[in-house]
Formats: sequence, C-alpha cells, structure tokens
Amino acid sequence: MADFSERVGANPGRAGHRLAVEAGRIVYNTREALAEFFNAPDPLRIVFAANITEAINICLHGLLEPGDHVITSSMEHNSVIRPLRYLEKAGVAVSVAQCTPEGELDPEEVDKLVKPYTKMVVINHASNVVGTLLPVREIGRICRRYGLLFLVDSAQTAGAYPLDMKKDFIDLLCFTGHKSLYGPMGTGGVAIGNRVATDALRPLKQGGTGSHSEKEEQPDFWPDALESGTLNVVGLSGLAAGLSWLREQGVAKIRRQEQKLVRKLLAGLEELKGVTVYGTKNATKQTGVVSFTLRDISPSEAGLRLDEESGLLCRVGLHCAPLAHRTIGTFPQGTIRFGLGAFNTSEEIEEAVRAVYQLTKRS
Amino acid sequence: MAGQGFSVFLFQSSSYALRAEKLLAQEKIRSKLIPVPRSLSSDCGVCLRTGRADKKKAIMVMEKNSLRFEQVHDLK
Repeated sequence: MADFSERVGANPGRAGHRLAVEAGRIVYNTREALAEFFNAPDPLRIVFAANITEAINICLHGLLEPGDHVITSSMEHNSVIRPLRYLEKAGVAVSVAQCTPEGELDPEEVDKLVKPYTKMVVINHASNVVGTLLPVREIGRICRRYGLLFLVDSAQTAGAYPLDMKKDFIDLLCFTGHKSLYGPMGTGGVAIGNRVATDALRPLKQGGTGSHSEKEEQPDFWPDALESGTLNVVGLSGLAAGLSWLREQGVAKIRRQEQKLVRKLLAGLEELKGVTVYGTKNATKQTGVVSFTLRDISPSEAGLRLDEESGLLCRVGLHCAPLAHRTIGTFPQGTIRFGLGAFNTSEEIEEAVRAVYQLTKRS
Repeated sequence: MAGQGFSVFLFQSSSYALRAEKLLAQEKIRSKLIPVPRSLSSDCGVCLRTGRADKKKAIMVMEKNSLRFEQVHDLK
C-alpha cells in the first residue's frame, strides 16, 4: 500500500500513461489472485465494491425483482437480512430457513422452502455471532437441482476455511478483504459464476468506468458495468499482499491452527462457572469466533472491564445480527464475542480465559 | 517487409487489455500497453501493442482463453 501510494498513485483505466497502467496491473493481479483463490471462472468476473455489504447489495438489488422468491437462513447478518427486508416491501417474497439454537442448518430446511418461483438462496458460510459453519456444498447442490442462484456471504470464512466456487456450486461469492483475507478495510466484492448472465444483473450505480468514454450509457460488460467510480486501489494493493501471504501459508495450515486455538478457548471457558458458551462448541464445526455470556455481568459491562482490566478487546452486544441472536436465544442482550485469527497464540488464549475467570470470580 | 512494425489490439475495457497482456506474457509474446491512438478510437483507455509478426499468435492465445478484443489494427 505504501509502495502504491509513493510510487504509483494513478487511477487505473483512466489514462494510458505508465503509472495508470501500473495501477491497472495491480488491480488486475488482485482480480486474478482472487479468481484463483476461489476457483472462479474468470478474473474479469471478479467485481470490486466498497465492502462486502455493498457487494451483497449489488447482487440482491441487481437480480431480484417483484414476484421473485428468495430463501435465506435465520443466522444472517444485517448485511443480508436488511436488503432482503427492504426488497420484501417492493414485492420480493422472502423465506427464512430456521437454524438450530446452535446455529446449524439442516439443508432439508432449505429444500422444503423451494417454490416454483424461487430465484435464489442467500446464506452466510459461517455465522459472525457463533462461528457455526453452514453446509454450503449441500445447499449448493440443492440450488443446482432446482436451477436456483446461490449467493454465499463468505465474510467469516474466506481465507480461514476452504471455499471453491465450482465444488461448492456457488454462483455469487461475496467476500470482504479486511478479515481472513488479511487485507485492509474498504475492500470487498463478488466473484460471479458463469450461470449469471451479464444482462441479468442491473448495476446498482452508474458512472465513469474509463471504458467507452464516448457513450453516455453505462457499459454492459463486467467488471466495468458494476464498478463505476474510482476503485480503492490503495486498499486493493493491500488485499493483493494479504492474498500472497495467504498463499504462502496455505488455508489448510491456518485452519488447523485456528481450530487448535478455538478448541483450547472453548475448553477453557466451559470449565468456568457462570459462563455459557453458544454455538456447536465443536471446533471442527465453527470458525474462529466464540460467543458467550456471563451469569452475573451484562455483555456491555464485561466488554468494558475486559478492555480496562486485561487489555482484551472484544465485541459485545448484537453484532449487527439480531436474527442470529434470536435464533440462539440471546436477543436482545447479546453476547461477548472473541474473534481469533492467524496471529493469535496459545498463550493469548490462556490469558483470555484467565481474564474471564477474574470477571466471574469478582462478580 | 511483411511482419515488420506493430499491431494494436483494442478492447472494450482496460481490464481486458490487462488480461491480454498477462496471457501473452505467459506465451512469451512481447507486448506493451499504450494509450489508444486517437486515429483509432476516441476512448481514453489503453490498447495492447504487439509486433506485427506476433499478431496471429496473439489472436490465437486470446481466442483460446475466450478473451474478446474489439478491433485489431496494423500501425503504419
């Protein structure tokens, strides 16, 4: 990112000089790295957005029309459920497949909601509240059987858990750069499969693309049609660096390490009196997110004390996912959530468990 | 003499031109992204210049990878 800012700093696709071309190369290489990473059909079907929320909105607003039916799960983040509730008011029918209180989803729950006019299934790969993994491949298979489009919100898993657009039957893979892809905030997008036709997706916004400048109409080809306005090239340089680091490490290695830490954290928390852990409590069935509540202290007070007394930073409350909290039974007070990544250590897990123990002891 | 000089490929977007540059490089075909000559298009982006001798090979590489170009011109 520093290299881009100091050495390049030009706008890709907006001029033909060498620095603009260099900026274009950085963006294109990031597309290529993502296409390879997700096994997407074509780097030119990687569309960048301001973040994954925008990417999800591009897909939902662009593809769904009044009269269409869409199926989602009861573990979704507001980034999915809010646009769907908005579209519902415009005449899109929305069904919510019920997950268990552990956050798991039986693919059969999706299957039985399919109607003749169902167009799409939209689910997250893992919950941002409890980390529970949803059976993406099985649901993808159902979508193929009925000819439905399949959108996956991979915010919690891309980079931390293997994802393959072809093997998992994903048509629209929305991703964020700033979590397990180890890029900066303000990067995200969607990888679009071959089953989505270019003319089927209406652009959310129109504007300058650097292409077909002589025309007053929006271009009709990707990625340009969906990428009006200057891209966050500084951020995308950082995302490219994150992806190259990930490639060196390997997702499998990161997954093993995170699983080990999650197992240790779950075991440590479950031993404490007055602590309730949510989710499957099984490290093989979740990502590096662990949610819990304390019998005698509210999540907000616990969050403040963990920060002030132990320097432990965590998110408390509803995590922008009221629907998921209703499903696991923690609405409206929410939970305390620890998020683990590739840079966390076993010692840090011990410290975290000790800090929670201190809270339970003194309350 | 045939095969001397340059050919330029025009694409609908610079993203396509960048993909072409990569694909040609993989096949060891030399190319350069340059501003689109005003005589060919009013567009403000880039096009891909190759040696005229490599034109056919470049077209084959792009077709093999389903990469569409809009026009190809021999530069005088």
